[in-house]
Amino acid sequence: MIKVALVGAGKMGVSHLSILGAHPDVEMVGVCDTSKIVTNFLERYSKMDCYADFTKMLDKAKPDAVFVAVPTKFHHQIIKIALERNIHVFAEKPFCLNTAEGKELVDLAAKKSLVNQVGYHNKFVGTFKEVKRIIKSGMLGDVYHFVAESYGPVVTKPKQSSWRSKPEEGGGCLMDYASHVIDLVNDIISPITQVKGATLKSIYSNTVEDAVYSVMNTTDNVSGILSVNWSEETYRKMSTTVTILGSKGKIISDANEMKLYLKDETKDYTKGWNVKYITDLTDQVNFNLRGEEYSAQIDYFVDAVLKRKPNNVNTFQQAMQTDKVIELIKQHR
Amino acid sequence: MDRILFGDNQFFAVNHISDEKSRAQSIQFKTDEAIMKTLNNAKNVGLNTFMCTTHDRIVAICDIIRKNPDEYSDYKIFPCMPYAHKYANAVTELGISGTIKQYVPGNVFGSILKGGMAIISKDYISLIELMIDAEMKMFKGINTPVIFLQNVITDLLLGLNCEEVLVAFCSHIKKKYNAEPGFITMNLPKLHEVLTRNGIENPIICSSINKVGFRMSGSIEAYEEVLRTKKGRFIAMQVLAGGAIPPEEAIEYICGLPNIESILFGASSQKNIESTMSYIHAFDEKQLTTAMAS
Repeated sequence: MIKVALVGAGKMGVSHLSILGAHPDVEMVGVCDTSKIVTNFLERYSKMDCYADFTKMLDKAKPDAVFVAVPTKFHHQIIKIALERNIHVFAEKPFCLNTAEGKELVDLAAKKSLVNQVGYHNKFVGTFKEVKRIIKSGMLGDVYHFVAESYGPVVTKPKQSSWRSKPEEGGGCLMDYASHVIDLVNDIISPITQVKGATLKSIYSNTVEDAVYSVMNTTDNVSGILSVNWSEETYRKMSTTVTILGSKGKIISDANEMKLYLKDETKDYTKGWNVKYITDLTDQVNFNLRGEEYSAQIDYFVDAVLKRKPNNVNTFQQAMQTDKVIELIKQHR
Repeated sequence: MDRILFGDNQFFAVNHISDEKSRAQSIQFKTDEAIMKTLNNAKNVGLNTFMCTTHDRIVAICDIIRKNPDEYSDYKIFPCMPYAHKYANAVTELGISGTIKQYVPGNVFGSILKGGMAIISKDYISLIELMIDAEMKMFKGINTPVIFLQNVITDLLLGLNCEEVLVAFCSHIKKKYNAEPGFITMNLPKLHEVLTRNGIENPIICSSINKVGFRMSGSIEAYEEVLRTKKGRFIAMQVLAGGAIPPEEAIEYICGLPNIESILFGASSQKNIESTMSYIHAFDEKQLTTAMAS
C-alpha cells in the first residue's frame, strides 16, 4: 500500500484520481487544487482531504508519491518541491517548459533515487507496444523513414480562454498535442535529434499554433515527417497514426489497428500484409475508466514505487528528450 | 427490455478497431435520412429499441420520430448520457467550471460562483439534475423507459467513490422521468457491488461481455461469476469484441451465459443486422430446447 496525493484536479487530474481511487495498492491521502468547486465536490462525495496549498498538503498528508497534473508552467516548481522531500513523482505531459528546468529535475530524481514517470500513455497502448517490439526485433530491417500524425478536435472555432492558449504556460498544439507523437517516435524508432524545417500554423487561435508540420531526423539517421493538427473536426477524438518504412517491410499503426507488411515471413508474422487489432494486443486491467492505457500507466508507476517493476518507461529523462525536440521545433517559429 | 437492442456507434463513427471504418461510417451516415433508413430497416426486422447517446444529431432523429407517431407507436429509445466527447473537448478548452457554466442551463451555477458562497451538497445534486434535464430535452414526448449513464461518467464516479451521486442519478430518473435508471460500465463486478450495497436492487447494467474478455475489467471469470450468482438486469455489449470474434461463435457464447436480459449491437448494413439477429434467435432457441429437455 502506498500513500498518494494529487495536485491539479482538472481533466487529467480527476481521471487519475478515479483510477487511483479504485487501485487496491493506493491510499489517497490528499488532493490539492485552487478550484473550490472541484475540492468541495471531492470532499463532500469522495471523502477526500482537499487542500489549496501544495506544501501544506505534503506537510499534513505525508504522501509516498504525488501525481502532478497542474498546467505545465508549474511543473518544475511543484515537482522540485516533491523530489526535495523524497516523494516519488508521476507528472502529466509535457514534462517542462524547457530542458533547463527538465535537466534539474532529472538530476534531482536520480540523486534521490526516486521513481519518476510522465503521462505519455501511448507507451501503454497495445498496438504501439507491438510496433516497438517489431522494430526492435529487426523484423522491418533497416528503418529509414516515418510519418507520424495526430489529429483531433480541440480548437475548432476562434475562441481563447485557458492556459492552453498561452504559449508561455505550455499551451498550443506543439506542447499539448504534438508532444505525444514526438515522444512515441523517440521511443519506438530512435530519438529525434534534428529538425530540418517546421511550420507552426495558427488556424483559429491567435496566440498559439493549431498545427505543426515538420521534417526531421533521428539519431539513427531515420528521416521523418511530423503532421499534427488539433483543429481537425473530422476526427471525433485524438487519433495518432505512425507509418514506418524499413528495408524489409512497413507498418501503419494507430491505437486500434496495426497493419504490418513484410517482404519475408518471420516467426510471428506472415509474408505480405498482417493485421492485428487492439483486442488481440490489450492486457487486462483491474479498473478501466476510459481506456486500458490510463490504468496501465498508473499500475506501472505504483509497481515501480513498490519495487515490483523497474522505473524505465516514460522516465523524466525520456520526457526531457521530448521537450528537447519541442525546443528544436520552436526555433523554426 | 427487449431481448435485442439496436445501438448507435455506427452512426457516430465509433469503431473500436478501425479509424478507417469510422471515417467510412461518418460518410455513410452524413444525413439524417441515412440514419433513419438504417433504423427503419432494423425496426422492420423487429428491433424496436434504439439505445443511443445524447449526441446532437439525435435531436433530428427524435423530431422525425415525434412527427410520425403512428409509425413509431411501439418504438422506444434508451438515452445514454452524456455524449462524453462534447464535454471532454469542452473541459480541455474551458476547464471544469467553464464547462459547467457553458452547459448548465439557467444561472443557478453562475449565482453560486458569483456569490462566492460555500457550495453545499444539495447544490451539486441539483446541478447534476439540471444537466440530466438538459440532456433529456431532445427526447420530450418519446417513450424512454430506461435512461442510462454513460460509462465514462459511471466509471469516473465509481473510481472517485461518489456512490451518493450514482444514487442521485437513479432517484432523479425515477422521479422526474418515471423511467428505470441504467448504467453503462467497463467495470461490471465493482459497479454491481456498489449499487446493490447502496440499495439499488436488481440494477440495469450494460457492459462489455464477450468470449475473449475484451474490456472486461478484472477478468472474464469475475464477470461470469456476477452473472451466475448476482441479481441484476444485465445487457451485453461489444459482444463481437470489435470484430475480433466471428459472429456465430461470439453469439453462441453470449446466449449460453445466464442472466443476460438483453444484447446490444449496432450495424450499418441490413445484411449484418439480419445475420446477427438470426444468430441470437437460433442460439436462444437452442438454449430453450436444451433447458426443456433437462
